[in-house]
Amino acid sequence: MLEHDVLVVGAGLAGMQAALHAARQGVSVAILTKVHPVRSHSNAAQGGINAAMEEDDPWEDHAYDTVKGSDYLGDQDAIEVLCSEAPETIIELEHMGVIFNRGSRGQIDLRAFGGQARKRTCYVADITGQVMLHVIYEQLMKAGTQVYEEWFVTSLVRQNDAVCGVIAMDLRSGELHLIKAKAVILCTGGSGRVYEPSSNALICTGDGYAQAYRVGAPLMDMEMVQYHPTTLPGNGALMTEGARGEGAYLINANGERFMERYAPNMMELASRDVVSRAEQTEINEGRDINGCVLLDVRHLDRNTILQKLSQIRELGLEYEGVDIIEEPCPVRPGMHYMMGGIKTDIEGATFVKGLYSAGEAACVSVHGGNRLGANSLLDTLVYGKRAGTSAVLYADGIPFADVPESRLQEDREHIKGILARNGENGERAAALRLAMGQTMHQHVGVFRDQAGLEEAQSIIAALKERYRNVSVDDKGKVFNTDLLFALEVGLMLDVAEAIVASALFRAESRGAHYRTDFPDRNDDDWLKHTLVFSGDSGPRLETLPVTITQWQPARRTY
Amino acid sequence: MRFTLNVRRYDPEAESPAPYWREYTVDVPENATVLDCLIYVREYVDGTLAVRCSCRSAICGSCMMRVNGQARLACATKAKDMQEAGEAITVEPGGNMPVLKDLIVDMDVFWNKIRQVKPWLEPVQPAPEREYLVPNETILDLTVAMNCVMCGACVSDCTSLEVDKNFIGPAALAKAYRFVDDPRDEARQERLEELSDYGGVYDCTHCFFCVEVCPKDVAPLERIVEIRERAQSAGVENNAGTRHAKAFEGIIRDSGILDEPMLLLKSIGMNPVEQMKNVPGGVRLLRAGKLPLASGPFHHKIPGHGNVKRLFEKVEATQEA
Repeated sequence: MLEHDVLVVGAGLAGMQAALHAARQGVSVAILTKVHPVRSHSNAAQGGINAAMEEDDPWEDHAYDTVKGSDYLGDQDAIEVLCSEAPETIIELEHMGVIFNRGSRGQIDLRAFGGQARKRTCYVADITGQVMLHVIYEQLMKAGTQVYEEWFVTSLVRQNDAVCGVIAMDLRSGELHLIKAKAVILCTGGSGRVYEPSSNALICTGDGYAQAYRVGAPLMDMEMVQYHPTTLPGNGALMTEGARGEGAYLINANGERFMERYAPNMMELASRDVVSRAEQTEINEGRDINGCVLLDVRHLDRNTILQKLSQIRELGLEYEGVDIIEEPCPVRPGMHYMMGGIKTDIEGATFVKGLYSAGEAACVSVHGGNRLGANSLLDTLVYGKRAGTSAVLYADGIPFADVPESRLQEDREHIKGILARNGENGERAAALRLAMGQTMHQHVGVFRDQAGLEEAQSIIAALKERYRNVSVDDKGKVFNTDLLFALEVGLMLDVAEAIVASALFRAESRGAHYRTDFPDRNDDDWLKHTLVFSGDSGPRLETLPVTITQWQPARRTY
Repeated sequence: MRFTLNVRRYDPEAESPAPYWREYTVDVPENATVLDCLIYVREYVDGTLAVRCSCRSAICGSCMMRVNGQARLACATKAKDMQEAGEAITVEPGGNMPVLKDLIVDMDVFWNKIRQVKPWLEPVQPAPEREYLVPNETILDLTVAMNCVMCGACVSDCTSLEVDKNFIGPAALAKAYRFVDDPRDEARQERLEELSDYGGVYDCTHCFFCVEVCPKDVAPLERIVEIRERAQSAGVENNAGTRHAKAFEGIIRDSGILDEPMLLLKSIGMNPVEQMKNVPGGVRLLRAGKLPLASGPFHHKIPGHGNVKRLFEKVEATQEA
């Protein structure tokens, strides 16, 4: 019998941080992940991690920039926790071994990032996330924490109103197992693959969103989908905001730095929602170069590019055949991050007992309508630690649940059903995903309106219907990645449904959610969170008030 | 654009499992990567093909495999660069690790070696209240090693590992360098001693394959050489590797030509038990004609060996300057 006091699902930064902090309290902790921990998508965070590190930079200023960036939808109690705990989090990481770039005295150096009034971003070249992920994995190896590596959760087990374990498949053997846990922490990341294209990795399929949603935990602010202003047109890969932090320009087909018309003060370093909308407007109005604008770093010092932006230079060369030292690189807004997620409180607890969440999977909410660049790494660590700690407190002293064998059988039957279906009459998961992704990009992207959202809603409903007939070629057990993908697509369709329903519900424009039919922010009716529950006849929507402590909503300009 | 791939497949659940080749033709955009081609196969042609992949931008390290015979990240390899007129692109799983299915190998071998070098910082105590102060030049040097994505390309194509399973290998040694070079690490001396031992930095044969195949320019061999230099200047000399290097240098300096039996004796050191252990090997070498005793049992200086000596002196003078 497999059982742990605390089981963490997902081994990115949030998951490993949760596991490390839970394990320090002496309980039995394990991590389950569908890929090896260092393959997790925290790797992709290039630019850095924010913290008010300097004496003359009070954390309240970081909090204010975050609140303003969120378009006043972020919960201010959660943002205060995030920003006040940031400096100690950076020091903890540095002591673990993260090699932050240094200034002249050997202290941690800071770079500029979007939406912030001053330099506040700690970084390691443009591989910050990769270095942090590898270093925290080093700590996990040191602690000897058990990892169920290349295992996939097929469903959460909920009994008597509490989550008490998971059903999971060992991908190497193909066997399904029940793993009992007094508390489960979902750190499963975002769901970029619900969109096509996306900057996200192929593993970002929002598994945790759908699994939490299916056992009754509501998702919050799912309409808040971040489009990053600088992704490559070819494969959607990310070109770090750090480039603009170092001084890069965005120019249109006329060679104009168009941001001066949209954000005259902050220019290219306005918040991401503002820059992406500006780019999309330029593109829609014909001042584009093959559907793109240009990211221009030619005026920057060659050594700056080689030392601080080396990875994006490689990406430009590799995927667009452009050497950014010599030529500007085509970029466009691309789906990048989910501000919304599984609703948690500031201790990481969801609405369902025994179920916790942190990182991009969760919505505390610190990002509200728009996340500031370099706040996501911070979110994973601050709230990963909190979720790990509070899950231990919950698990302490309660018994393991009695889970009947039939519960395991349910998932076995479901998988048997997919495997048994004849490929010739069945639906290919890849085709369903592509149709979903293109629909979401077209209708639930930078600009939205009621007609488009309704169109998306009916397409997603039709795809869900077709999914009932999904089939796979691979009928084997060992590393059946065909089956894994089919299961992921099933989960993604639920996530898409929740995003569309939430976007239809919020009849205003705020942060990343821009409705051309409701172009203004409407604080009277919509200074509140959307909450979506899985209901018998589709998504059910409610609202929650926004927590405001010291910053009253104001007009937002950059 | 149309590409043809010849993929080495392996199904562990077949009646009598054995590797086989299967050819696929795909129509993909001209700038497609080998990974794009494989994903196309998996999604639209043959879903049974198993491959690990995730980020598509050379940072997660999942999709290491051999393309046209050399370890690469499939996502960082353009199909058109691999296509040669009239020939299919060959795609095989990485080497030096057991194949589990198709292009998926068992990375436990890899990770066990990483664990062997105690891959975590042992921070200098007492820890400062704030960050440790470190010069940025050191950070830039460490960044080269931290660029490693643990894809295993260097391990796949390492010729030392192929014959010596005990070798810690290029990835783990590059990882070890990251700690040896970190001024915040307290265990430096201990690490240098362990890394100079059997299986460590001296078991690398300098074939340069790891440098050639590394998709992230970590250049493991260069990190290995740097560990050797640091170990020797830290006085870590009581090991076969250092003795071998010193003996090699001494023999050439004194006679201008290598004296293999003497090199062997000096590398083993003044330990009669270890020396006896090498007698059978010596006899085999002699029989195979690999020990140059034909010219007589005594080693002679080469003519004009004074020039060799002067070369040494010149190099030493530049090093001191």
